[in-house]
Amino acid sequence: MQDFTAAVGLAVRLLATADPDLVEIVSLSLQVSLTALIIAALVGLPLGACLAIGRFRGRSVAIVVVNALMGLPPVVVGLIVYLCLSRAGPFGVLGLLYTPAAMIIAQTVLVLPIIAALSRQILEDLNRDYDEQLRSFGVGWRGSVATLLWDARASLATVLLAGFGRAIAEVGAVIIVGGNIDHVTRVMTTAIALETSKGNLALALALGLVLLLIALAVNALAAALRQSMPEAARA
Amino acid sequence: MPDIARPMTASAITGPGDGSADIHPFGEGRSGAAPSPADAILPLGVRGLCYRAGGRPLVGPVDLDLHHGVKTAILGPNGAGKSVLLRLMHGLLTPTAGTIRWNGRIADAGILRRQAMVFQTPVLLRRSVAENIAYVLRLRGWPRAQRATRVGEMLALGRLGDFARVPARVLSGGEKQRLALVRALAARPEVLFLDEPTASLDPASTAAIEAIVERAAAAGTKIVLVTHDIAQARRLADEVVFLDRGRLVERSAAFRFFARPASPEAAAFLAGDLLY
Amino acid sequence: MMWNAVSKSVVGAWSLLALMAGPLAGPLDADTEAGTDTDPGHILVQSTTSTENSGLFEAILPQFTAQTGIEVRVVAVGTGQAIKNARNCDGDVLFVHDRASEERFVADGAGLSRADVMYNDFVIVGPAADPAGIAGLGDVAEALSTIAATGQAFVSRGDQSGTHKAERRLWVTAGVDPDPASGTWYRESGSGMGATLNIAAGMDAYTLSDRATWVAFQNKASLAILVEGDDRLFNQYGVILVSPEACPSVRAEAGQAFVDWLTGPAGQAAIAGYRRDGRQLFFPNAGRGTN
Repeated sequence: MQDFTAAVGLAVRLLATADPDLVEIVSLSLQVSLTALIIAALVGLPLGACLAIGRFRGRSVAIVVVNALMGLPPVVVGLIVYLCLSRAGPFGVLGLLYTPAAMIIAQTVLVLPIIAALSRQILEDLNRDYDEQLRSFGVGWRGSVATLLWDARASLATVLLAGFGRAIAEVGAVIIVGGNIDHVTRVMTTAIALETSKGNLALALALGLVLLLIALAVNALAAALRQSMPEAARA
Repeated sequence: MPDIARPMTASAITGPGDGSADIHPFGEGRSGAAPSPADAILPLGVRGLCYRAGGRPLVGPVDLDLHHGVKTAILGPNGAGKSVLLRLMHGLLTPTAGTIRWNGRIADAGILRRQAMVFQTPVLLRRSVAENIAYVLRLRGWPRAQRATRVGEMLALGRLGDFARVPARVLSGGEKQRLALVRALAARPEVLFLDEPTASLDPASTAAIEAIVERAAAAGTKIVLVTHDIAQARRLADEVVFLDRGRLVERSAAFRFFARPASPEAAAFLAGDLLY
Repeated sequence: MMWNAVSKSVVGAWSLLALMAGPLAGPLDADTEAGTDTDPGHILVQSTTSTENSGLFEAILPQFTAQTGIEVRVVAVGTGQAIKNARNCDGDVLFVHDRASEERFVADGAGLSRADVMYNDFVIVGPAADPAGIAGLGDVAEALSTIAATGQAFVSRGDQSGTHKAERRLWVTAGVDPDPASGTWYRESGSGMGATLNIAAGMDAYTLSDRATWVAFQNKASLAILVEGDDRLFNQYGVILVSPEACPSVRAEAGQAFVDWLTGPAGQAAIAGYRRDGRQLFFPNAGRGTN
């Protein structure tokens, strides 16, 4: 396929020349997806912990719901966020539609269930070990959550990577709520979709390769951080 | 060797005197014992304690008093309810009936903080050996400088000094249980519950654990040990509480229990007979 | 030592957040400010994929921004969705190509008034081998009925876009109802023009495309223009300012400035001047036959 050869050449050239449009798109992609990831983690990890160790009515229903939400199609999330943020929607007055903030919201909604559901499973398994001992220590509810989150941090880092992967790779939600506006809300995936629809398959593929490189770089960075962790944390 | 396991309590300060007074008059006639200081958590008073699970009575009703300065072994065959009784007293299980009073008070967070428990299978945090000990000290609000010193003492007590920075999970079974034990002792609990702590250990590891328990007891920590190992109870215990099918069948000084058990159940257990 | 690590990572996370909030604050702030009419800032144009994909906006919008200081943000979707978005007040200006829907939009009070901007034409493209034998036909109705009669694959947009609606009108003209054949020779892609052309190229099928997207399209494979020039293939683009009465959030002043520019001499010249491979893709016709 000549498209592949052309794409590789194009990707190399885009990267080598630090193409300003590419830099802009890549940095917006990273900003949007990492911000969404951080927000989703700040909410999702404690939520996962609550579901893991909480003993409340409706817990098993909540777990089923969160697990199911992992499969939310991005377009559906995009549509729901669009309807909320549209001028005609409940949060229209905020004027957030077609801004990076809208994309962050959509990706947060997408990533949150993944982080909550996967961390719930990890923390519940760990808590099965820890529960009696922590209660014997006299550790309170909050202390248990903190201890579980800290001691499971190596596994939770993988959960965050999974969440980041979902955020950076999805197109369905951001193209609806971001509008793929040039220089404003155009990210890697929407740019790829646009170039594909222009029939510019080589450029689309080249952007795809760049996206792949970014994903590799982020994972390599995470692996390096993990290596630098005290060995005791990796269990 | 520094003062390894002495509890930081009023009773500990006056300990040796009280302790020696307490050591001999076992059994029912304990009303003559010296009254405990107001802030002590012992004696532990158990009244009409019952625990049912899945519609089946597992323990009780049990009446029992545990006093300071005595190493108590809870002995009995498998399924007698020993571990359940221990968990009820430690507050890990909620009784279905009956009361537990610590020096007249109902257990609260403050009282729980003055006890510790070691489980049959040690549950170690996924941290380094030293961090496992430091965790408890931090939890009990020890200042940073004293924590470091205390962690060092505990590592020495558990002969774990070489492993301070090693992940706890790579320790051998015996080392793990030693760590669990010195971690339990780190914050100087007044009561130490042990649930079959050596059930899965070899003789050398068992001896190491028993040695540390002895030192803790000598330093004033009340020992309550669940075991089905008659020889261990004989080595460690001052008094024996014998449980059978959830009921307290017999309670007596260890020397008397092993020489001349009062109940046929205990006699059969000691003889290694099948009761039923 | 553990708490050091915690505090370090917490500080790290927040500085990362701050780092991101910096660049993001720009567009966000601009957006909230722009809610007031005093600051032109930017306007949002709901438009079609053909205007975006053909490169027209990229060529002419910088000229408008240079002259007025108003930034134009384009959301390029099908005409049907663009109109729906504008009805939800999610846009200041509507720039699409389906006259009937545009006039209904104005009649409903959603838009102020409609003005012609430019036109081009639709073409029927298909495999150069032309198994249906329609090449060179001057009558688009005959071409479509021939495709239907020979059962050759035809890919429809199927997305309520301007092009889709034009295609549906042409089928009526041809006296063919393609719906019963949906899934056999009549394939509805439900996608934009570019995606539909990709599908047609992939399966050697016929399709209707606007000329601008076709010329700019780079994955033509074996596709070629087979039918063109019929008057019924005329493709008119119109512009509408979304009604500030229906949508108080509309930046009416800046939006009107854009409408005026597009239909005025400067915009018309910019449109006429846009060339792709040396060919003019859109033909300005503002002020002729409008309402």
